[in-house]
Amino acid sequence: MAELTYLQAISDGLRTEMRRDKRVFVIGEDVGVYGGAFKVTLGFQEEFGAWRVMDAPLAETAIVGACTGAAIMGMRPVAEMQFADFISCAWDHLVTVAAKQRYRAGTPVPITVRLPSGGGFSGGPFHSQNPESSFAHIPGLKCVCPATPEDAKGLLISAIEDPNPVLYFEHKHLYRRIKGEVPEERYTVPLGKARTHREGDDISLITWGAMVYTADEAVQQLESDGLSVEIIDLRTVMPWDKQAVLESVRKTSKALVLHEDTRTGGFGAEIAATIAEEAFEDLDGPVKRIAAPDTPVPFSPPLEKAFIPQVDDVAAGLRELAEY
Amino acid sequence: MATTEAIDVVMPQMGVSVSEGTITKWLKQQGEQVEADEPLLEISTDKVDTEVPSPGSGVLTEILVQEGQTVDVGTKLAVIGGDGAKAEAAPPAPATTEAAAEAAAPSSAETPAPSAPAQPAPAAAPEQSTNGKTFVSPVVAKIASEHGVDPSQVHGTGRGGRVTKKDILGFIESGPPAEAPPAPAPAQPAEPEPPSEAPVPAAAPAAPAPAAAPAPTPVPAAAQVGESFEPMSAMRKGIAEHMRRSLDTSAHVTSAIEVDMSKVSAIRAKLKKEYQQSYGVNPTYLIFVARAAAETLRDYPWINGEIRGDQIVTRSYVNLGFAVELQDGKGLIVPVVKNAETLNLLGMAKAVTDIAQRARDKKLLPDEVQGGTFTITNPGGYGTFHGTPVISQPQAGILGTYAVVKRPWVVQDDMGEDVIAIRPIMNLTLTYDHRLVDGALAGRFLRDLRQKLESWDESAY
Repeated sequence: MAELTYLQAISDGLRTEMRRDKRVFVIGEDVGVYGGAFKVTLGFQEEFGAWRVMDAPLAETAIVGACTGAAIMGMRPVAEMQFADFISCAWDHLVTVAAKQRYRAGTPVPITVRLPSGGGFSGGPFHSQNPESSFAHIPGLKCVCPATPEDAKGLLISAIEDPNPVLYFEHKHLYRRIKGEVPEERYTVPLGKARTHREGDDISLITWGAMVYTADEAVQQLESDGLSVEIIDLRTVMPWDKQAVLESVRKTSKALVLHEDTRTGGFGAEIAATIAEEAFEDLDGPVKRIAAPDTPVPFSPPLEKAFIPQVDDVAAGLRELAEY
Repeated sequence: MATTEAIDVVMPQMGVSVSEGTITKWLKQQGEQVEADEPLLEISTDKVDTEVPSPGSGVLTEILVQEGQTVDVGTKLAVIGGDGAKAEAAPPAPATTEAAAEAAAPSSAETPAPSAPAQPAPAAAPEQSTNGKTFVSPVVAKIASEHGVDPSQVHGTGRGGRVTKKDILGFIESGPPAEAPPAPAPAQPAEPEPPSEAPVPAAAPAAPAPAAAPAPTPVPAAAQVGESFEPMSAMRKGIAEHMRRSLDTSAHVTSAIEVDMSKVSAIRAKLKKEYQQSYGVNPTYLIFVARAAAETLRDYPWINGEIRGDQIVTRSYVNLGFAVELQDGKGLIVPVVKNAETLNLLGMAKAVTDIAQRARDKKLLPDEVQGGTFTITNPGGYGTFHGTPVISQPQAGILGTYAVVKRPWVVQDDMGEDVIAIRPIMNLTLTYDHRLVDGALAGRFLRDLRQKLESWDESAY
């Protein structure tokens, strides 16, 4: 096993599938000659040729539209949005066409849209968002949010293999900061299966993406106080692993949902509601949410720090819940 | 205004065989003014869900039984007026038996206060009395009820002294303090009751002691993957108990007969407009069958009868029960049309429409689901052509009516030749208690019933 960064693991997964399956091709802005804004597809055009690693004009609508058509004709396109934020341009194609095609006509639309998302590096309001909840709300779309290099590779392969449109949210802040052992061979991580990042008995902390690491640090801080927190990394928010969450909550009787996306209507609301609905009799405290405030992501570094949930925020939330 | 004399509100006797009721909702809160006959609370028994009117006017000084609790008939539920308010200030050590003793005092004129024997009040009571100050979380409440623990006896370490899950689990593990726990008593022993207990007007059958029913309910294992739990309503429990008891009591046998409904169908078509416009009711096939059945039952007193002890009861009247599915599809109730033999077709239509509607609106009075002597059930609305219904105890029979289906039918033409005609045919079943009713008798009953329906005499009905 090699130690790869999160970004290398994504590249590795994509390369593995392109080598294995000729139907897989990549399309996006600057993904070819330039190797992608974040260099995920660096060297891909040399290996697979310009017809399988296509530079597209600056038009997300065209990219997703082309992918949808190609997928209906039997291809397995992987689109790259330069930033997740730009996917709103392709909303109509994704939501009105791709998500509904299977239900309307029975045709599968096996497209994968890679979405570099998340903040933490002063990217400002247009380059830092985590729009997963908007798409999790659309029946017909799947949303994947890997946190570890191993999951990044295995989930990307699952996403490409899946017969449905899958949005693959790769967190930019993790690209080069996070390293981990990644198997060299091809493997899949199933969509809809959570991962227990850390076991614990007192509180269940449910999160995904970069927040897994924020949560982990906070939990480590509290360990010396004798507080035992279980961290559930959802890995995919749609479908999401309700059973794993409910099992954990039934054990601990307290739940905190953490996400980097804004609070109102964020996916944490769905999780909190489900816990309240299905595990009510096992609760020993209110279901708590920690999320970003309902504003665009600020550019200024101190403001962005105040905006994105930090280790101290999470530790304070956990402490409050523990003391309840 | 404020009555100085306290009026007790007790769990009313909602029917002969009803022994307990569940408080579903208090419509007035403690400290609120309530007028006589004003709806005070809602209760649910295995027969009906209903509102209980206030037995008097005054301030609702004390609510003794909380929503969701099930208590025996005669249990004191609340106090109106008096100076009960101050009694609350000093929470007494869990004392529950005296409350029941007080309830014995015949105070209310509204409800036929039964001579409540010293029943143990439900175990849940002390929880409210001493632990009113801190919040009990759902999981703590669940653990408490599973282990019969009073959370107020547990030392709380949560916010504001709240008892946390850990606290109560620790308490259970290390055992309660020295003193013996006051034996939580959800499962009442089937103690022999004083025989003088039932001053009930109509038929007080040797009612199968309802106390026999509550078997120890095993705590179900946790739901498996794909399973989910939902609690049984009081009505569902009542139905379950009654169905099982009926099959254990009567020797069920079913006979069926085919009836040519041509004549009824023609009359029905003729009456329909008038009935709907003038009376707002429908002359359904069921009404015709009910009318004919009431008439036929007068000739078959045993089918309209009952085995009581080693006596056979027969009657000079027919009280006809009708199985009504409730709108949520989750329950069934059998309201009774009393003295059905006195009703003509229109009267029957109005009576059945009325009770069916009120059954669905939960507006039935307790007496209206009692005293039936024979029952009709009509599953044919969904197209079924045969069934074997379960007898409503302690009756001797139940008539099933099924879908009217057009079928090729051999009839005689004017020349006396057999020809095949298309006729609307309805199957009828009589399920009877073979202990009392023999097959031949049932057969004759069905034959006569068919005869009445096939040669419907308009002027006679």
